[in-house]
Amino acid sequence: MFADYSWTELGSIFAMQGFAGLILFSVFVLMALGLAIIFGQMGVINMAHGEFMILGAYVTYLCSNFVEAFVPALFGVYFFFAMILAFFVAGALGALVEWSLIRHLYRRPLDTLLATWGLSLILQQAYRSIFGAREVGVTLPDWLLGSVPLTDIIEIPINGIFVMVLTLVIAISVYFLMFRSRTGMQSRAVVQNRVMAGAVGINTEKVDRMTFALGCGIAGVAGSAFTMIGSTGPTAGQLYIVDTFLIVVFGGAASLLGTIASSFAISQAQSTMEFFLSGSMAKVLTLLTVVGILMLRPEGLFSAKIRR
Amino acid sequence: MRRLKDLIEHRLSRRSVLTGTAAAAMLVTAGAIAPVHADDVNTTGLAVTEDTVKVGILHSVTGTMAISETGSVQAEKLAIEQINAMGGVLGRKIEYIQEDGGSDWPTFAEKAKKLLVSDKVAAVFGCWTSASRKAVLPVFEQYNGMLYYPTFYEGLEQSPNVIYTGQEATQQILAGIDWVAKEKGAKSFYLLGSDYIWPRTSNKIARKHIEKLGMKVVGEEYYPLGHTQFNSVINKIKLKKPDVIYAIVVGGSNVAFYKQLKAAGIDMTKEKPVLLTISVTEDEIRGIGGENIEGAYAAMKYFQSLDNENNKEFVSAFKEMWGDEIVIGDVTQAAYLGPWLWKAAVEKAGSFDIDKVRLASPGIELTTAPEGYVRVHENHHLWSKTRIGLAKPDGQYELVYETADLMEPDPFPEGYQ
Repeated sequence: MFADYSWTELGSIFAMQGFAGLILFSVFVLMALGLAIIFGQMGVINMAHGEFMILGAYVTYLCSNFVEAFVPALFGVYFFFAMILAFFVAGALGALVEWSLIRHLYRRPLDTLLATWGLSLILQQAYRSIFGAREVGVTLPDWLLGSVPLTDIIEIPINGIFVMVLTLVIAISVYFLMFRSRTGMQSRAVVQNRVMAGAVGINTEKVDRMTFALGCGIAGVAGSAFTMIGSTGPTAGQLYIVDTFLIVVFGGAASLLGTIASSFAISQAQSTMEFFLSGSMAKVLTLLTVVGILMLRPEGLFSAKIRR
Repeated sequence: MRRLKDLIEHRLSRRSVLTGTAAAAMLVTAGAIAPVHADDVNTTGLAVTEDTVKVGILHSVTGTMAISETGSVQAEKLAIEQINAMGGVLGRKIEYIQEDGGSDWPTFAEKAKKLLVSDKVAAVFGCWTSASRKAVLPVFEQYNGMLYYPTFYEGLEQSPNVIYTGQEATQQILAGIDWVAKEKGAKSFYLLGSDYIWPRTSNKIARKHIEKLGMKVVGEEYYPLGHTQFNSVINKIKLKKPDVIYAIVVGGSNVAFYKQLKAAGIDMTKEKPVLLTISVTEDEIRGIGGENIEGAYAAMKYFQSLDNENNKEFVSAFKEMWGDEIVIGDVTQAAYLGPWLWKAAVEKAGSFDIDKVRLASPGIELTTAPEGYVRVHENHHLWSKTRIGLAKPDGQYELVYETADLMEPDPFPEGYQ
């Protein structure tokens, strides 16, 4: 299939293909991180994860409209404020949901599945009632659109670079928060032994709420960033949820490193196969491989070794 | 065609309503003047009274398809309101019963049955996806209802119980490819679509036509519905350097595809390659953003910007009813035709009876259609023009070409099955 092309052409395309894989990797990490934190630290499967992402996207949409109408001078940089706001709005809703719904169900993990699924339906309908059934268009500052041409063929999408940098920043922040801060230490202590953590004076309820809010907040940021590459509509969250679950389950539920490793494996496999095969076939093969590996290793790629 | 005729005659003789045809023919003229007694215009027990007639509206207003189907509901309600303001159909006001298909195909079938069996509606305006149409089709054929279906679709279907007010695939595809070959000197095509029946069948028809004209297809590819990452295929397109990207991506994927295409440095306004789509109406552009799709071409039968008196009236009436912000796409306009075509057929038949309306439908003309002039073909599809529009940053299409003649609908093109 490559006989007709020159070496420079092929080289450039493979370079771009590698970059496409890296962008997909960043997107996957960004999608899955919030879910992995909640699932890994609390054992709650948040079916409404996609809707928290779309909440972030709608916050961005409102910000873009607000800034365009009232302070057009700031339009070039509004996106940063929008992401921060998306984090806090989604996080606040997450805390509210944890307080009103999730905390009553900690002893019944399967019921959290149903409850969060119901929540996702409620949120979808709420978006539909507030913003209308149609997709909304988020206006982005010009500098985020377009690409940087390196050679004649190699062009690097700016929004791709943006997502990569953002993912890096968030991944590092999460690392420091979970493994280098007092809050993170408390959170990990609760995961390892909830009763004991409570006994030594950790407010486990508060830790749970913070963890849930953090996961939802990161989902909000992800949703905000995805306005650059995807659609914003009441049900758009559903587009991401399958991939997100796949990554978290494949990576091993309790391991953030596993999430990153599985994002990398799946994104590279997917983007390479998409290039050589058709899109649907690539998806089928990816899913098959994941199913196969999970049959051999039901706990996922990485599993936390904790005493149960 | 024979199949259809047999079916019709079979139905008619079975119900032995032929005796009433002479009376019905006389009513054609009488109907417009004075209300006709309900029994005369309705021999099969439809929900018709002395001064009202019930019809059904069956679309998804919840679930994923609500994005697309909302416009059709609005158009149908507008048409019904306008018809009522003109005095209704055979002197009867139209009352609609709206049911929600909920983006779920079995639900569509269930609601269709409810409308036909319990509500006894005289016609149903509804469905959007082919899947929902296929789900309700047996219901309409079993209970002998009449469905007006608005969406452009893949063809390969012709039911005596459906009037297809959108274009079938050949109407939409052939003229577009001819145009891009002639005007843009295209030689090679990259076919791309979402992975389900409509894009696949359409691309099959497109490929056949492209190869018949001596041009080349350099790639053909499908992505699952809802796919959001198109970087790999964009790289492939860059490698193969086709003259035309022929895109039939639908739904949320559309937004991702056009945003990523732009981000990858493919500037469609430079027309290298030319992007031609049959799946992006003004409705979809709202989600994509005009700046992301500027320079693309679309081949369909209606654009909101069409410059004719019918359309100006239609657009202003639509905006008056549903707000200034609203945009009107191809399917919305086709949905608007439904109630009008039904009204014309009922008045021609002088009866609400489904069988008589069916017999009266072929040959019905609409000179007031926003898209211009349409006529119902024997095969229940519409004769219509195909137009090419250039996407503008404000989210509207600018008309750049329209076929000189009406395109004949051909739902069963030879060799495409």
